Amino acid sequence: MNNARRLVAIVPAWNESGAIGGVVDEIKQFDPSIDVVVIDDCSRDDTADVAESRGATVLRLPFNVGIGGAVQTGIRYARDEGYEIAVRLDGDGQHAASELPKILAPVEAGDADLVIGSRFVEAGGAYRPPLARRIGIGVFAQLVSILGGQRVTDTTSGFVALDRAGIELFATQFPHDYPEVEATLVALRSGLRVKQVQVDMRERVAGASSITFFRSLYYIVKVMLALLVASLRRYPRLERASR
Amino acid sequence: MTPVRVSIVGAIASVLLILVVLELVRGRRLKERYALLWLATGVVLLVLSIWRDGLNTIAGWAGVTSYPPAVLFAVATLFILLVLLHYSTVISKLTDENVDLAQRVALLEERVSRLRSPAD
Repeated sequence: MNNARRLVAIVPAWNESGAIGGVVDEIKQFDPSIDVVVIDDCSRDDTADVAESRGATVLRLPFNVGIGGAVQTGIRYARDEGYEIAVRLDGDGQHAASELPKILAPVEAGDADLVIGSRFVEAGGAYRPPLARRIGIGVFAQLVSILGGQRVTDTTSGFVALDRAGIELFATQFPHDYPEVEATLVALRSGLRVKQVQVDMRERVAGASSITFFRSLYYIVKVMLALLVASLRRYPRLERASR
Repeated sequence: MTPVRVSIVGAIASVLLILVVLELVRGRRLKERYALLWLATGVVLLVLSIWRDGLNTIAGWAGVTSYPPAVLFAVATLFILLVLLHYSTVISKLTDENVDLAQRVALLEERVSRLRSPAD
């Protein structure tokens, strides 16, 4: 692929030794020029070693900081190492590397700073989550759409691509737990150009989803509060260098 | 009217609180900035315990007619809430700084191991 482009794949992982090897392999097979960075959020298993043995750069957090803090570590790496574009894929294997071109295209074309791989842009997509989760995703999407002034359909997706402006914003501002919804609103309010594209996602390859019943209660309340507060905050509008 | 015994007990308790806080600061087990709110709590409670007319007046303003010492409890509760809220902000700040440090450690460790093996 394009040599001038420096592209990094950020993969947060926590106790994903069963899936992480396949995730790294898949990205590298898809495009060997992508640098893969796995952020090991202090796993109890050998996630970090497995990722390293497959050729990924591994950032080892000294203690568990939560998914948002882990993702931000990768984004800070992308900022410090001067990457032009970063993509985020989950360490559990639910995001297929073959779907990457869909979220990369708008960023590479300079049309967007943040591209969210959404499961619901087009009606009748293959993905049908349980009713409760569908309602939750819908409510958050509606809220972010209203507060952010742009219609978004899937704010909980962790399959995203960022350009340099997005990398720099999230390197300094990123929620530490359950970050996706709030981060989308922060991006919109900071003046990032946000785009959504339809993608397909897989079921988990191994491990268990981190979202249990009581956690989802906390999730809902925390995200609601975060959205409310984020909409009361002032965000410095992004100064965009002319391209 | 506030019973005299309530005033005496309140005053003793306040003085004890002030002394304990001062001793903790002297022994460097409590930082001055976190001692200030506790000292303010002790001083206000001491003043309200000793200055009996004042307590009665404030109780009157607050509509507490039957038992003025209730105001003492209310003020004490208010200050404890302030201290707790203050601690919550401190914990939040520490959490953010902690995560920031963890991220820096992860980034620096990766850089160190890269610099040590420049083979590839």
